[in-house]
Amino acid sequence: MPEVKVYVTLKPTLLDAQGRVVQNALHGLGYDRVKQVRMGKYIVLDVDGDPERVGRDVKEMCDRLLANPVIEDYRFEVSE
Amino acid sequence: MRFGVVRFPGSNCDQDAFYALRDVLRVDVDYVWHAETRLRGYDCIVLPGGFSYGDYLRTGAVARFSPVMGAVQEHAARGRYVIGICNGFQVLCEAHLLPGALIRNTGLKFRCRQVRLRVETTETPWTCLASTGALLQVPIAHGEGCYVADDETVAMLEASSRIVFRYTDSSGLASAESNPNGSAANIAGICNEQRNVLGMMPHPERASEALLGSSDGRVIFESVIRTIRGN
Repeated sequence: MPEVKVYVTLKPTLLDAQGRVVQNALHGLGYDRVKQVRMGKYIVLDVDGDPERVGRDVKEMCDRLLANPVIEDYRFEVSE
Repeated sequence: MRFGVVRFPGSNCDQDAFYALRDVLRVDVDYVWHAETRLRGYDCIVLPGGFSYGDYLRTGAVARFSPVMGAVQEHAARGRYVIGICNGFQVLCEAHLLPGALIRNTGLKFRCRQVRLRVETTETPWTCLASTGALLQVPIAHGEGCYVADDETVAMLEASSRIVFRYTDSSGLASAESNPNGSAANIAGICNEQRNVLGMMPHPERASEALLGSSDGRVIFESVIRTIRGN
């Protein structure tokens, strides 16, 4: 059954307040070379069907529910 | 005249809204369970505050697909009134009844305190009894109340007088210091193009009588009651 990995992140134009806090904490540990941290969501789905159909369905799922296009970008990978 | 207060699993300001409407404003009001598919006989629907569906995925994202939301869409399309308070505002944005979205407060803190709201327009069913520029003391209680929308949308809201409330300081100045959550343009509440749907992060139902510390929120309910009576 195809496994789908969906990654959802805030749009780059929006302040990612959580990411900023984590970045500051990393700087506090001495990792000064960290220039940006973006937090997001990682969603794994097992979806029945051929990969092409699954890809179409997951795009629709992202647009309708898994991500909010107003504030978030998403990408996903379908693997056998 | 009849109000309906929707109860999603995880709503927690439903009783406050019900109390304000029945006991303070003396109008007929029912609870409406989220599984309802019809909203017959209601003039105004309240989507209350809380954490519908545990705020899982995103605030309002799951509630937006509750059976009752189809009926709320129809209710709004017929020109009837809908107010979303706090989590209700988040649900209305997810449902595309209002533009934009609410994200995590820029300071990351859950902000629970009294704020000042400036009435930006009285040309709405929700503020027709207030005066433009009036300052209302109303509490907020949210972790994800930072209103965001693209620049064109914010400009459009401004140009069409759809920004109904802004966060200000006690002198009525909308400054960065008086913005509790990082909202674009200090936006605390907006309405839709037809102006019958209002979303706001502050809680007017918690400012409905002096015993609660402020009765400034009443004017919002009184305005819509007056509007409904006048129709």
